[in-house]
Amino acid sequence: MIEIGAMTKSELIARLAERHPHLVAADAELAVKTIIDAMVNSLVEGERIEIRGFGSFSLNFRPPRLGRNPKTGDKVQVAGKYVPHFKAGKELRDRVDFKE
Amino acid sequence: MTLTKAELANLLFEKVGLNKREAKEMVETFFEEVRTALEKGDSVKLSGFGNFQLREKPQRPGRNPKTGEEMPITARRVVTFHASQKLKAMVEEAAAHVGTPAQL
Repeated sequence: MIEIGAMTKSELIARLAERHPHLVAADAELAVKTIIDAMVNSLVEGERIEIRGFGSFSLNFRPPRLGRNPKTGDKVQVAGKYVPHFKAGKELRDRVDFKE
Repeated sequence: MTLTKAELANLLFEKVGLNKREAKEMVETFFEEVRTALEKGDSVKLSGFGNFQLREKPQRPGRNPKTGEEMPITARRVVTFHASQKLKAMVEEAAAHVGTPAQL
């Protein structure tokens, strides 16, 4: 894992405000919140997200399994569940990979 | 239905009041800024949604699936996404209530 730096939501908002100087800063903030809310809602409703050039988000099913309580060692049935999954699109994949 | 850039632009038009052109550009630049950060080697942390991180994978042996010829898979840098605890909990809870999510 590389941890040279990280961009947070507030930094993303600041960069978008800079790139859209004709808008008031509050619009960039509301836009980021609206985009993230819409993505959360899609996944919560079991719907896919497909962003061309970036990637797609979907849900993967984890089947029920027999787990163990790490403290007591007792077997416990763990229910199946859905977990969010991201697959990077071609442009993103190519841009983050090492350059030739 | 699948969420796309067109749907997101429409939401920015309706909820933020951007005009159609601004809305489309805002969606484009949102994802472009995330790509640019990742391309530079920075991770991206969107609270309430999840984190995008980079992983460096070493070269490993592989095969051409068509010819069966041995061919190394070169070292590469890839993006991984980790959903936030909040998103994971919301997805699990919704699926528990409504059963199998549609179209998966």
